[in-house]
Amino acid sequence: MPDSGMTLLRLTDRGLYCEAGDFYVDPWAPVDRAVVTHAHGDHATWGCRRYLASAAGRGVLALRLGPDAVIETLDWGEPVSLGGVRVSLHPAGHILGSAQVRLEMGGEVWVVSGDYKTDPDPTCAPFEPIRCDTFITESTFGLPIYRWPAETEVFAEINAWWRANAAEGRTSLLFGYALGKAQRLLAGLDPSIGPILTHGAVERMTTAYREAGIPLPATTHAAALPRKADREGALVLAPPSAEGSAWTRRFAPFSAAFASGWMRVRGARRRRALDRGFTLSDHVDWPALLAAIDATGAGRVWVTHGFTAAVTRWLGERGLEARALATRFEGERDDDVEVE
Amino acid sequence: MKDFAALYTALDETTATNQKVAAMVAYFRSAPPADAAWAVHFLSGWRPRRLIRAGDLRRWAALAAAIPEWLFEESYHAVGDLAETIALLLPEGAGAEERPLAWWVEERLLPLRDLEPAEQEVSLIASWRELSGRERYVWNKLITGAFRVGASQRLVVRALAEVSGLSDEVIAHRLMGAWEPGPGFYERLTAHDTRDADWSRPYPFFLAHALEQPPSALGDRTCWQVEWKWDGIRAQLIRRAGQTFLWSRGEDLLNGRFPEVEELAAFLPSGTVIDGELLPWRDGRPLPFAQMQRRIGRKKLDRRILAEVPVALIAYDLLEEGGEDLRTRPLGERRRRLEALVASLPTGASIHLSPVVEGDDWPALADARLAARDRGAEGLMLKHAESAYGVGRRRGDWWKWKVDPLSVDAVLIYAQPGSGRRAGLYTDYTFGVWDGDRLVAFAKAYSGLTDEEIRQVDAFVRRNTLDKFGPVRVVKPELVFELAFEGIQHSSRHKSGVAVRFPRMARWRTDKAAADADTLETVRGLIDAVNAR
Repeated sequence: MPDSGMTLLRLTDRGLYCEAGDFYVDPWAPVDRAVVTHAHGDHATWGCRRYLASAAGRGVLALRLGPDAVIETLDWGEPVSLGGVRVSLHPAGHILGSAQVRLEMGGEVWVVSGDYKTDPDPTCAPFEPIRCDTFITESTFGLPIYRWPAETEVFAEINAWWRANAAEGRTSLLFGYALGKAQRLLAGLDPSIGPILTHGAVERMTTAYREAGIPLPATTHAAALPRKADREGALVLAPPSAEGSAWTRRFAPFSAAFASGWMRVRGARRRRALDRGFTLSDHVDWPALLAAIDATGAGRVWVTHGFTAAVTRWLGERGLEARALATRFEGERDDDVEVE
Repeated sequence: MKDFAALYTALDETTATNQKVAAMVAYFRSAPPADAAWAVHFLSGWRPRRLIRAGDLRRWAALAAAIPEWLFEESYHAVGDLAETIALLLPEGAGAEERPLAWWVEERLLPLRDLEPAEQEVSLIASWRELSGRERYVWNKLITGAFRVGASQRLVVRALAEVSGLSDEVIAHRLMGAWEPGPGFYERLTAHDTRDADWSRPYPFFLAHALEQPPSALGDRTCWQVEWKWDGIRAQLIRRAGQTFLWSRGEDLLNGRFPEVEELAAFLPSGTVIDGELLPWRDGRPLPFAQMQRRIGRKKLDRRILAEVPVALIAYDLLEEGGEDLRTRPLGERRRRLEALVASLPTGASIHLSPVVEGDDWPALADARLAARDRGAEGLMLKHAESAYGVGRRRGDWWKWKVDPLSVDAVLIYAQPGSGRRAGLYTDYTFGVWDGDRLVAFAKAYSGLTDEEIRQVDAFVRRNTLDKFGPVRVVKPELVFELAFEGIQHSSRHKSGVAVRFPRMARWRTDKAAADADTLETVRGLIDAVNAR
């Protein structure tokens, strides 16, 4: 399909490139100038000369990129001109500081969504719908089987599971990504049930959240406890990579659960051999994805990581100019790999 | 229906057998007998014959979910389970008055069979509207005939024994064979008067475990009766009250399928039960299993097929004689009685004793095992001479000591997502071997890898897809696996001209490159090697 209008971004072997402004958005190889939507490893790559990111996400991004990274920041909606392209960042609601990148030149507006969700999340600024001509969207959960239950319902389930475990003398081991998911979980847990312990990776990110002014219940780094300490009734937050590791043994007897959008499907729950799976995602589900695309008013939609084929076809059948983009973004991965 | 769906969810959510049994016990204690009977029926693995054409079901579900059929198919590929896909796609139900499981089965499920498609659609849409959440998922499982739950028959038996205060054996016995669910059935199942002799019923089959340690660990060789391990259809032949019943281990009544065996059974005294293996048999040895499949495939058995593929029962054990249950007697005694019984039958007939394998010590038996394939056997069976004929798969008394499988190094060429527990992961693989400079598809295998290896292969597949055909991905030929299998023969139905039996992945050969994999010529050579022995 021939592209209509002007092309502000194009896909190169290093990522999405804006030629007019000579910068990349979420490149996956080192470049001179990277505009970064958020701090997850598949969006924020190491070794770029300069980064531009949201002020709100500066702390967590610095933690990921290391102390030597040169990070410039923008407040939400604050414009900057890069080679004649007007660039601004707007909340994506995915994790702390996660941004959509808005590009404008010659009256043409492009928006790169990065990862996003429209559900409420007290640990980050809410998603802001932006009108644009071209919308580049993720599609991690771009199938109609993915519809999220209300967040309050999920937290009621998680707290009930924790309470029941505590009553039976078991520790509750809850796995979720160290950056973003873990803090969202923390914000929804009921700290009156028992103490909350953390894996090192989770503790580091949680500290960064607190430093950014996000109120979260008190946590104790599990490593700071003596090995034989009584952990009865505690809930332990750990990244999925810790699942099944020797580290978890100290918490026995325990019940293990995973919080992720993938847990909506039984097969994904069962093959992890966990006791419970809670459907909690930091990405849009199918109805929210379609609503978000619709709200942009965009006539052209590029679909990245996820169920690109289904989303592209659905949009195409509704008269939009849609195409799939082969990026290296991974969204919420259904396995243990987490880039630290 | 709510309670049954809750039971299903409870069984599904836990991997601990005690919790599973507890969930079933709680259900059976509170369920009305009519519901309990249906629950036993479903938990025992009974599934209705297909009630609705799969195509119709998909179309109506897509319509009810207001999505195009292609999107339904995409969703199905991601979920890997039709019942669940539908449950996830349908809008939230309106809900209705709660009705018992028996009502849903008798008033809604079974009548579907006699309805015209248009009426089926109306009925189904109504059911979907009236049920909500997980009930709808369980309902879909029932109507698609895919109701399976992570509770083995043994756990169901344990739960029923706990509820009724009867022994596992009585329950297991009463669950064998043909029965119709209904309140009367459930009352009989848990009745304390255990004289209920249904003449047709086989005993639960006793199964052997694979031997994992060297046989010397089993102690004194003279304590063990050794037989060949045959690869046929495990069966019980029952002669009671002037009637003959032939049951497979899958609890199918085989009457009429093996007339030569039934004819001879008429010579057995009443009150006799023999455990054995049905094998295509000629001149004192089995024919290839493919011959048996030819025969099973026939709807009508004509004189020709009966002559070409004669079947015999190779008798392992005597479970009942003169109406007396011998299962707790020592194997040695049962064997002597079996020998006498078989000797009393007309000679040259279709019931033979499973021969005892001689060998003074374990090394001699190890040699015999290596020669098993020459005899058309899979290896050896080791049974303790004092052993009872137990229930299920109790460890320690009976061992199967199979010959090492045949193996080939092959290259992963296609991958397809699995279903159920493996939905959404690429777990079903097709492997190729070299035919000149081309890889020709040679076998499919789904098992043998650890979860971690599956994840790695899945990641490889996603990053190295060359082409897609529906759910099948053509992958870069790079990964080499050692495939193990039990048998190999020529086949005109396979592209490679070769068919293998029970292929599985024995090892991921990370030390080998695709070019190092075996050739079709080597594979064909295996057929000759196996058949020459």
